[in-house]
Amino acid sequence: MDVMKKVPVREQEPQVRARNFEEVCLGYNKEEAMEEAGRCLNCKNAQCVKGCPVAIDIPGFVCQIKEGKFEDAYQTLSKSSALPAVCGRVCPQESQCEGKCIRGIKGEPVSIGKLERFAADWAREHQIKPQPAAEKNGHKVAVIGSGPAGLTCAGDLAKMGYDVTIFEALHEPGGVLIYGIPEFRLPKSEVVAKEIENVKSLGVKIETNVVIGKAGTIDGLMEEEGFEAVFIGSGAGLPRFMGIPGEQANGVFSANEFLTRNNLMKAFQEEYDTPIMRGKKVAVVGGGNVAMDAARTALRLGAEVHVVYRRSEAELPARVEEVHHAKEEGIIFDLLTNPTEILVDENGWVKGMTCIRMELGEPDESGRRSPVEVPGSEFDLELDTVIMSLGTSPNPLISSTTKGLEVNRRKCIVAEEENGATSKPGVFAGGDAVTGAATVILAMGAGKAAAKGIDEYLSGK
Amino acid sequence: MYPIVKKKKLADKIFLMDVKAPRVAKSCLPGQFVIVKMDEEGERIPLTVCDYDKEAGTITIVFQTVGASTQRMESLEEGDAFQDFVGPLGCASELTETPIEELKQKKIVFIAGGVGTAPVYPQVKWLHGQGVSCDVIMGSKTKDLLILEEEMKEVAGNLYVTTDDGSYGFHGMGTNQLEELVNNGNTYDLCIAIGPMVMMKFVCLLTKKLNIPTIVSLNPIMVDGTGMCGACRVTVGDKVKFACVDGPEFDGHLVDFDQAMKRQQMYKTEEGRSMLKLTEGDTHHGGCGQCGGDK
Repeated sequence: MDVMKKVPVREQEPQVRARNFEEVCLGYNKEEAMEEAGRCLNCKNAQCVKGCPVAIDIPGFVCQIKEGKFEDAYQTLSKSSALPAVCGRVCPQESQCEGKCIRGIKGEPVSIGKLERFAADWAREHQIKPQPAAEKNGHKVAVIGSGPAGLTCAGDLAKMGYDVTIFEALHEPGGVLIYGIPEFRLPKSEVVAKEIENVKSLGVKIETNVVIGKAGTIDGLMEEEGFEAVFIGSGAGLPRFMGIPGEQANGVFSANEFLTRNNLMKAFQEEYDTPIMRGKKVAVVGGGNVAMDAARTALRLGAEVHVVYRRSEAELPARVEEVHHAKEEGIIFDLLTNPTEILVDENGWVKGMTCIRMELGEPDESGRRSPVEVPGSEFDLELDTVIMSLGTSPNPLISSTTKGLEVNRRKCIVAEEENGATSKPGVFAGGDAVTGAATVILAMGAGKAAAKGIDEYLSGK
Repeated sequence: MYPIVKKKKLADKIFLMDVKAPRVAKSCLPGQFVIVKMDEEGERIPLTVCDYDKEAGTITIVFQTVGASTQRMESLEEGDAFQDFVGPLGCASELTETPIEELKQKKIVFIAGGVGTAPVYPQVKWLHGQGVSCDVIMGSKTKDLLILEEEMKEVAGNLYVTTDDGSYGFHGMGTNQLEELVNNGNTYDLCIAIGPMVMMKFVCLLTKKLNIPTIVSLNPIMVDGTGMCGACRVTVGDKVKFACVDGPEFDGHLVDFDQAMKRQQMYKTEEGRSMLKLTEGDTHHGGCGQCGGDK
């Protein structure tokens, strides 16, 4: 074998997986994991750890895998991460831990994500649980939202002995892990539900179907229900639309709606009641991970799928691995293309979309080359479904019903980076609710920092 | 789980249920709605709130069997439970934020169509509790489909009942009754209309002519009901609004009803499909022209 290269990971064949919702990447087996772990140089001053937003002891757990001590590897991981089976699958490792790996200078970096996934999957298959707190300290903390930020914050606080209750608006906990990221990237009952079980096994209570801001408020939780601190991890779930003509036509969806129907409501399975549009020709507008997820979902529902993105391939914000997978599966990329109007038939349904070609102009202040329209280059795409994946912003429901909570002009909650403290004493925040739409692991990092901040706040009381 | 503590058949295909959901009952106000999900496979269904009891911790819902999901819901009995029941959702009626003295000066008329009587009831009851009396026009297609007449009588000022076929009360629609009241010299400062989309559209056409400000409660397709998907988006005065968080009540004279009605039809064939699957089960082999089973 070539020590400069990663041990390849087994995947479903593109032609096969384009027709099913099962996981694309099959992960390492024991032998493959131990072999890949053997490539780690066990650096003294490990750069990879600096690239990880929750600072996992990477050489530590990788060496434990190398030695076949899989349970130890899992316990090392769970000291820093509440959701290792999730992170191993969805983190953009190329720009984080693996991006800093010394092996990556001359060859390919160590496959840290796949090893993390292996250790977490192995632990799950062998019913290994994370270690709960030795004793409870009696302090009550409320966590709003059960996405990656909330689960991490709750898990960390529970390990410190706090009595934690998570309030979740939807009927299932997990946030974007449940409604957003599709089954074929992140299996729901197998992986997400089990990770959430692990958080519960630390003593965390989860109340679903509670929309804070409607059924009670943060002030109510603190004044009437005895919560001494609150963490807001309510995410950025409000979809943006383009504001072009025809956008209210039947057959135009936000990626959030399309993915929620499919992932949370399981519309792709016959026995579930929620319907979904099975389009024949679908355009997904946008180039992020959510756009890739929506495109690959529409493909699996039987459509020909175009990704319409106004910049070029180099600027696609989606992970390289996802773009690669999407191409392998047959997604068509219409790059340097921007919609100007959605064409609607007499019954109110989408029949097409007028687009215009773009070219990249001079770099702006942020260094990104902004796209400009090529005059006279309009053309029509024939379509029956359009999925808008233009990003999301925080829902103002919580900030507008909490007295004294400062938000910025993008409606993001203002919170300190090192401890999550907001302008309101006892109230902390983190994840997309603070930053706007970002990544799972950054949300987890913020949840972790806030748990520390809450502990300091309550111990100092 | 959210147990059903009472079930009552109000009319053919129309049912009332009291559901135990203390957190929802505690914060609920007139004009808000809930979303229910029966079981693991169920879909999320938005339902208006007909009444709430903060002490007992219950919410009263009224629904009409129109598709596969509501038909399945009809089979639930007292003692059964909803797996999920979330609310209160949406904004409360603006009336609840208006000073009482101001409300007492106003002549308000409600127009309730069919099951729309259910969400009108808590508003009229709330006003009655504040000492404000208002007129109510409640209509249905026929006498047998009329619901909550006794309950409404207790809280409404003047109650006018209409049936489309004249089998009971005034012969005609709510709009005809309103027109007659105005022709007879009644004046109104505010009209609140809740019912099928097409009925609200025609009420608005009339009240615009009569120059009566009108509030409607929209019932578009919804999924999450918390503002995260935009399935329920409607155009109001050239602005796109999400009915679940910005509404469900809007200025009726600004609503694009034709668009809203088209959007409501989006899953018509999907609904037909699941209805057939439910009623015919394994015996369904296609041929209905809707389900694709004949291809």
